[in-house]
Amino acid sequence: MPENADIPAPAEPVIKKTRGRISIIWFVPIISALVALTLVVRHLSSEGPTLHVFFQTAEGLEAGKTEVKFKDVPIGTVSSIVVSDDLTHVIVAIGLKRSAQAFARENTRFWVVRPRIGASGISGIGTLLSGAYIEADPGKSDQEQTEFTGLEVPPPITSESHGSQFTLYSRDLASLDLGSPVYYRRLRVGEVVSYELDKNGQGVTIGIFVNTPNDRLVTPSSRFWNASGIDFSVGADGLKVNTQSLASIAAGGVAFVTPSWAPNGQVPATAGSRFELLKDEKSALERPSGDPLYVWMQFDRSLRGLSINAPVEFVGVEIGRVVSVTVDYDAVTAHFPISVGAVVYPERIGHLFQGEKTADPDELARRFGDLMSKMVAHGLRAQARSGSLITGQLYIAIDFVPHARRLAFDGTKRPLQIPTAPGTLDDLQAQLSSIATKIDNIPFESLGVRLDKGLGELDTALDRFNTKLLPESEQTLAEARKVFGAATDALSADSPLQSDVRQTLDELNRSARSLRALTDYLSRHPESLLRGVPPDPSPEVQKPAPPTDTSKPKP
Amino acid sequence: MSTIARAAEIGYLSCRVCGLVCERANAEGRGCPRCGTELRQRKPASIARAWALLTAGLIFYVPANVLPVMHTQALGDTNGGEDSTIMSGVIEFWQNGSWDIATLIFIASIVIPSTKFIILGLLLIVSRAGGGARLTRDIRLYRLLEIIGYWSMLDVLVVGLVTAVVQFRGVSEAEPRVGILFFGLVVVLTMLATLSFDPRLLWDRRKRA
Repeated sequence: MPENADIPAPAEPVIKKTRGRISIIWFVPIISALVALTLVVRHLSSEGPTLHVFFQTAEGLEAGKTEVKFKDVPIGTVSSIVVSDDLTHVIVAIGLKRSAQAFARENTRFWVVRPRIGASGISGIGTLLSGAYIEADPGKSDQEQTEFTGLEVPPPITSESHGSQFTLYSRDLASLDLGSPVYYRRLRVGEVVSYELDKNGQGVTIGIFVNTPNDRLVTPSSRFWNASGIDFSVGADGLKVNTQSLASIAAGGVAFVTPSWAPNGQVPATAGSRFELLKDEKSALERPSGDPLYVWMQFDRSLRGLSINAPVEFVGVEIGRVVSVTVDYDAVTAHFPISVGAVVYPERIGHLFQGEKTADPDELARRFGDLMSKMVAHGLRAQARSGSLITGQLYIAIDFVPHARRLAFDGTKRPLQIPTAPGTLDDLQAQLSSIATKIDNIPFESLGVRLDKGLGELDTALDRFNTKLLPESEQTLAEARKVFGAATDALSADSPLQSDVRQTLDELNRSARSLRALTDYLSRHPESLLRGVPPDPSPEVQKPAPPTDTSKPKP
Repeated sequence: MSTIARAAEIGYLSCRVCGLVCERANAEGRGCPRCGTELRQRKPASIARAWALLTAGLIFYVPANVLPVMHTQALGDTNGGEDSTIMSGVIEFWQNGSWDIATLIFIASIVIPSTKFIILGLLLIVSRAGGGARLTRDIRLYRLLEIIGYWSMLDVLVVGLVTAVVQFRGVSEAEPRVGILFFGLVVVLTMLATLSFDPRLLWDRRKRA
């Protein structure tokens, strides 16, 4: 067909046109490929190394889901969990994010965060709902590492915590535990981070961590003591209850302080220094006592109440403590004296022994022996005294006893034996017993009999008094009353006696008046005594009357 | 084989929209006198476009399946919730006993796109090679391609619905993730590829063969 021949001619340009458009439409897959490639690249770049961590158990862990976090920021995901070939542990593969590559270092630690109740409180409550996750703490080493052994318990010190670690050694762990607080002046400054039994089993080494900036408070002279729980102590100085804080009652704790008397008290101790963990605050705050010296004493009395560790005081100052109380048998006298062994620190006696730290123990013992022999000659004796009447605790007092008998003392004997004297309590007892004896000697029986007899006599006397004396006295009294009644009658206003008396007094009055007239007359006429009264006394008498009359008419 | 004359052979072409038959000589490249659509004998660069779009879709199909399509967070899930890809969602539904939903999602998001890729790829190869021997089968496959195309967006729809409905802050949350975008792009690209493909190419070269 001719038309058929025509068709290719116009068709040709059409095909060309489509060829031209090919390049444009192919941009679509190219762009999509680029997008996909970017995604892949981004994914690959965010993919970090894969780590393998060994754990005892995979409890709470889930492959593909459990996250690995640092400061609560996800840094990776658990990609698989398999049991090791020897079936002893699980191997957790962790796909780290690219940004978290720093965790693929030596010393990086991994642990599973689960709900925990420990000495330092409750942690990981959030994981109750969300499930466990793995926490990581980056190591500071430059060495790369991809295989780790996971921790079964969270480490107390992470790379975030700044401070110093110190080592304490102690006879036992007491009530300390991981996370137990470390106190400085009752302020929490750190915690117990590790503990382990010494290789020979003779003690415990405890690691503590003190946070910055308080770690500089630990100095070479710092004293550490166990501030665990409540410290009840009944000693010669009475009952003592001591505790650091409420939390330490439950969780235990360590306290430390640098005594004010300590040398180089300002220089911080180097991290990792070793310290002794002392029993209690008291022993921690004591001055260093120097070398101990063993002495012993023999007492003839019961030492009930004398316990091990009871103080040994020298003129009131504690210089040591009792280490043993044993019963001996003295075959010669056939009785049981009690031997008390004690450790004393001569350095505490004073500067006499101080500064002799370098001197060897023999020298120290010799000096102490010399001092003792001098003092014993002056009456120094050991006594068991009662420290507290309530608890009945005894302590050993080395003191001067008045009127002490002289005795032989060997200051060179080792161990030194300090002569003893009966204590104050012994004296008291002796006095009490002598009083008791005296009381005992009083003849209470005969006294009683006599007293009884005397009382009987008293009774009969009283009886007589009642039956005889009493009625008579009553009669006498009645009579007396009668006499008094008569007297009263006689003295009453209308009694004849009264009127008689009045009359008599009138008569007396009258006679007195006449007597006065007589004396008056006599004084005027004394001759009348001799001549008698003149015969007409009346005109004489009337005579003086006229003047009175004449005077009368005048007015 | 076929004795029926084709429009192209006798110098005619039809409008792809209204079906108006025009003379090819003066109609090619011009607007349809009835509806104004550009008249072409065949869709221009059909196979190349289809290939390009199909390839793009295929490329995007990978991130659509690998990247999470949805993020769900339930109460107390402090691990930051859970990202689920299409396949992990299917597995989760299956494990939770909802095998029916699992099957549905599996078919909608795995089977259907894969089928589309395979069928379209097959048809493109066949048409480039001058048409296969089994025209009827190829035509049926093309029909199937058009039918299943409608259902491709099911997955996108599920994610859209869930994220819209499940929004209880703190208790239960669902958010779409970038994977669903790629999945949507896959669906769109495959549909465009299907549209670009001109089924008439299937028999265009048959005569010569």
